[in-house]
Amino acid sequence: MPTARGGDVTIRDLSKSFALGGRQLAVLRSLNLDIRSGECLVIVGASGSGKTTLLRILAGLERADGGAVAIDGKRIEGVGEERAVIFQEPRLLPWLTVLGNVAFGLEVRGIAKAEAEKRARFYIALVGLAEFSDAYPRQLSGGMAQRVGIARALTVQPEILLLDEPLGALDAMTKISMQEELARIWSEENVTMVMVTHDLEEAIYLADRVLILPREKGGAARLIDVDLPRPRERSESRFVRYREELLREFGLH
Amino acid sequence: MTLQHIEKTVGIGRHEGGSGTGMEPLHLLTRTSARILSRYGVLLGFLVFWQVAASSGWVNSAVLPPVDTIVAALWKGLIGGSLLGDIAISLQRAGLAFAAAVVVAIPLGLVMGQARAVETALDPILQLFRQTSALALYPVFILLLGLGEASKVFVIFWATLFPLLLNTISGVKEVDPKLLEMARAYGARRLTIFRRVVLPGAVPSIFVGLRLGATTALLLLIASEMIGANKGIGFQVMNAQYNFQIPLMFAAIVILAALGLIANQVLVVLQRRLCRWNVSAG
Repeated sequence: MPTARGGDVTIRDLSKSFALGGRQLAVLRSLNLDIRSGECLVIVGASGSGKTTLLRILAGLERADGGAVAIDGKRIEGVGEERAVIFQEPRLLPWLTVLGNVAFGLEVRGIAKAEAEKRARFYIALVGLAEFSDAYPRQLSGGMAQRVGIARALTVQPEILLLDEPLGALDAMTKISMQEELARIWSEENVTMVMVTHDLEEAIYLADRVLILPREKGGAARLIDVDLPRPRERSESRFVRYREELLREFGLH
Repeated sequence: MTLQHIEKTVGIGRHEGGSGTGMEPLHLLTRTSARILSRYGVLLGFLVFWQVAASSGWVNSAVLPPVDTIVAALWKGLIGGSLLGDIAISLQRAGLAFAAAVVVAIPLGLVMGQARAVETALDPILQLFRQTSALALYPVFILLLGLGEASKVFVIFWATLFPLLLNTISGVKEVDPKLLEMARAYGARRLTIFRRVVLPGAVPSIFVGLRLGATTALLLLIASEMIGANKGIGFQVMNAQYNFQIPLMFAAIVILAALGLIANQVLVVLQRRLCRWNVSAG
């Protein structure tokens, strides 16, 4: 594994609950976790297990009720420049071109337009959309739009890339090619990746470690090391065994 | 020449037109005229019907004069200059009121759309004002501001304000919260989010308000000019009717229609310019 720019995440005693119909519903209960710089951690769990909530807390878009998150030893308060989020929807600004959207992240961080666009062009090419720089979001397919969202996140060169079911809305074929692309980007960009998904195969394809969040009270979070060489082969027997192991965790096998 | 022969010739002609260049200009001409006919055919038919009905005595041509008489009256009024002064004063009234409404409604709407407290506090009184017909309030404005320009401009301003304000508010409120969150996630501050996300997102809805406002402004312009004015297009409509100058009355009505069409077209072009990204623009 190449050395990353930084991005050690320490999560201590993290808890969060939501008010639901007059009672408190705990989704995260004293979670402890260390995310190593440069690793790819994939979070899975049944719906309601709090995986998206955890990601949103890491992004600084939501506040925890208790506990703390620190990045490289520094406790986070809100959003930060060392992190970038890729959402389930591309969330592109419809009035900006692909180039404008990808440069947006840098521009709001105060980088001059020309410099922002120069860097944006590099990442647009990286996700294979160089010819579409001047297209508007409505002219793009779902997969292309999500690539633009990915390029926008990469352009700010974060230490930590947070992905909230980024491929969840794509069709099966596009999804597989995007998984390969994410694996390539992760290895090239030297970035810590934390990703939430529903898709167990996707988790095994991408993860160094898979975090399984418990749904029921008192259940413990579990970590599984995925010790497979890259690029990974979905039909390989060890890959299939990991898949079965995960399915067992969910009581499905 | 038999019918079959004609069909054959046409058939060959078509074929050649498709593959070569020989028939292209003719084709283009037919296609263009077909497009014009399908778009303006009904309008043209309506005018022809009017002309025939009025000149052949089916209808009383003193009340509905033939189209050519109206056009002649319009021509005389414009070239002779007798209607130009009316157009100028009408444009000044509507333009001043519309501009004032834009200057007040858009900034206020942008604030109200974002600040819930301001909107909550102002909404009941706005609803009350909006539902009170501006025409019903015109006598009040006359009492307050006199029968001159001020009350006319104000009643137009008043009626134009609400469609603009309400559409600006809803435009701001309908900006996708997911886009706002995205901007926040990238560290954008309030002002940046407003400038880069809220404002462009609200523009299409603001244009809906502008177009509605322009229509309303012209409507109120006429109404206000029918009461206590001695110049203006609306005044000319009423005045020509009193003096039984029916062609002139229709000429004034045509000018009003033209002003409405022009105002709308200007806004459509502006909207296309500003919202190239939005397919539904126009």
